[in-house]
Parts: sequence; structure tokens; C-alpha cells
Amino acid sequence: METDGNRAWSQVDQQDVRPYMVTGGRTRPRHTMRLVSLLAPGSSPPADPLPPEAEQAVALCRDEPRSVAELAGHLGLPVQVTKVILSDLLDADVLSIQISETSPSRDVNALEALLVGLRKKFPDAA
Amino acid sequence: MRPDGGPVEPAPLLLKIVVAGGFGAGKTTLVSAVSEIEPLTTEEYLTSASASVDSLNGVEAKTTTTVAIDFGRCTFTEPQPMRLLLFGTPGQERFWFTWDDLSSGAIGAIVLADTRRLQDCFPAVGYFEQLGLPFVVAVNEFDDAPHRYSPDEIRQALDLPEQVPVRLCDARRTPSAINVLITLVQHALTRARSSLASPGVRP
Repeated sequence: METDGNRAWSQVDQQDVRPYMVTGGRTRPRHTMRLVSLLAPGSSPPADPLPPEAEQAVALCRDEPRSVAELAGHLGLPVQVTKVILSDLLDADVLSIQISETSPSRDVNALEALLVGLRKKFPDAA
Repeated sequence: MRPDGGPVEPAPLLLKIVVAGGFGAGKTTLVSAVSEIEPLTTEEYLTSASASVDSLNGVEAKTTTTVAIDFGRCTFTEPQPMRLLLFGTPGQERFWFTWDDLSSGAIGAIVLADTRRLQDCFPAVGYFEQLGLPFVVAVNEFDDAPHRYSPDEIRQALDLPEQVPVRLCDARRTPSAINVLITLVQHALTRARSSLASPGVRP
């Protein structure tokens, strides 16, 4: 990890915090999540002030449901670390996993809808 | 521990496309050409011991490698609420564990080929073939590529079955990238329809 030698330790970016600090030393999420699992607000507001990473995740999910991969990208954290943070929020019902219609590659209706959607949205494409 | 549950809420139709390709083949470029958000890059841990995705114990292991995953998104309101998620993943064999997670439930895959290093996409082609996931090969046309190849030449070099589409593209241009997506969806649709028209079912 490269840091500017001239900066004081306290000025180092949040990204430079080691992952084990963010997760409190934990390495495994308690919930099973895939990279595409969608997270949405849960039924309870957060009880205590949340750590910055968790707060950012909750704020992002408040706008719209977000996938684990997207949240990891926004937080600038590895997927596994993100999953540990999200597990805490799922336990506290601050976030919930949204059940989405999965679309296997053989779903003709879904594929047709996507084809129509792509052509409508991008009329420039051949 | 709680199962993968939570309250059931209506959600947009979620569709997923995997973009695989060797280093520098243009995965990130293609994902950004299509994505409505700045493409995000995240890292997934890989251990030499890890075999399956959900038993990843990367963080505490001695030797870990990280693999970069590009993420992009495209939202549709018509003809119905849909969200297309794009995942760019390295095409090397040792990153297969991410392919398993990313490919499950995907509608198909785009294998990005760089004609300067065509062999880089052999593992991806083999993997998707074996999995039975519809895929297309997109040849990213680099300005400094020494030779231009025709799709037929690429098909021969990669020993692709006739039905697998091969397209030349410029991954930087949105219409060109969308064209590859449309080709993939059409290909997946053709395959889905032909599997419906199996014996016993009216053609």
C-alpha cells in the first residue's frame, strides 16, 4: 500500500486502514451472500452510531438496492471484508437481503425483455 | 445464523452478464462503455487451497492473492423494470473460483479476445463451453494490433463451434459494446428457444 511519506499518520486516507481493523479481526461473514446479492434497508433503524464503512453502506442501500459487488467497490474494500460488515447490518435488521427473481439463461421472456430494453435504450447500436 | 432470508420485496428483474478476458483485453473498458455508473473495481481473495466459492477462507490464510473484479450496471424501465449487472473477471485459469460465483444464474458471457494474445482466452472459452453457458467472442480491435483478423480466422484459431458468434468490436465505443451485448442476448435467446422446442413439445 503506497502512502505519501510526507503525510502524518492521522491524515492517511480511510482506504489505508487495514481490513482487519474494519472487521474487528473477523474474517468470515455470518451470512451467505453472493456477489450479486441485493441489499435493501431492513426493518430497524441503526441503534448506535455505525462505523463509517457500515454507515456508508446503509446510505447507499437507502437510495436503491445494491449488490454486494457494487457496495464493495463503493467502500473501496475487498469483497470478503464487505461481507463481514454487511453481515453485522443484516443481524441488526438494518439491512435485508432482497429476494430477486433470478433469471436462468433459459428464461425466454427475460431474454426477450432485455433485448427490447437494450434496443430502446441504445438506438445507436446496430 | 439465519438463512439467506429477509422480507420478500418486489425487485426488478436481475440479469447478469460475465465479461472474461486476459489482462489488458479491454474488460474494464467494455464494462464502462455500457455501465451507467463509473465502473467499480473490487477485490476478491484467492487462496491456493480454496476450492469452492462459499468456503472462502482467504483473509487468514498465509498466501493470498487478490483478483480484481469490475462491476458495472445498467437499469431499464422498459419494457419492464430490469437491472443488468456486468461483471468483468480475469480470464486466467487460476481465477476459476470467481467464475463459478459470477456465472451462476448469468444469462451468458462475453469472452474478450486480444489478437496479440489470443491464447489468453482459451481457458475462458473452454470453461463456458463446459458449463453450457451461452457465450460470444468479442475481438477488441486495438489500434496497434499488428494484423487484423477476420472473425472466421478467429473462429478457426479458437476452434469455436459454428453457432458461437464472433464479433469485432471497439470496446471504447458504447454502440459497439452494446452491439456485443445484443449479439449475446440473441444467441442466448436462440439457444433457449431451441431447448424449448425439444421432442414432445410442439415446435
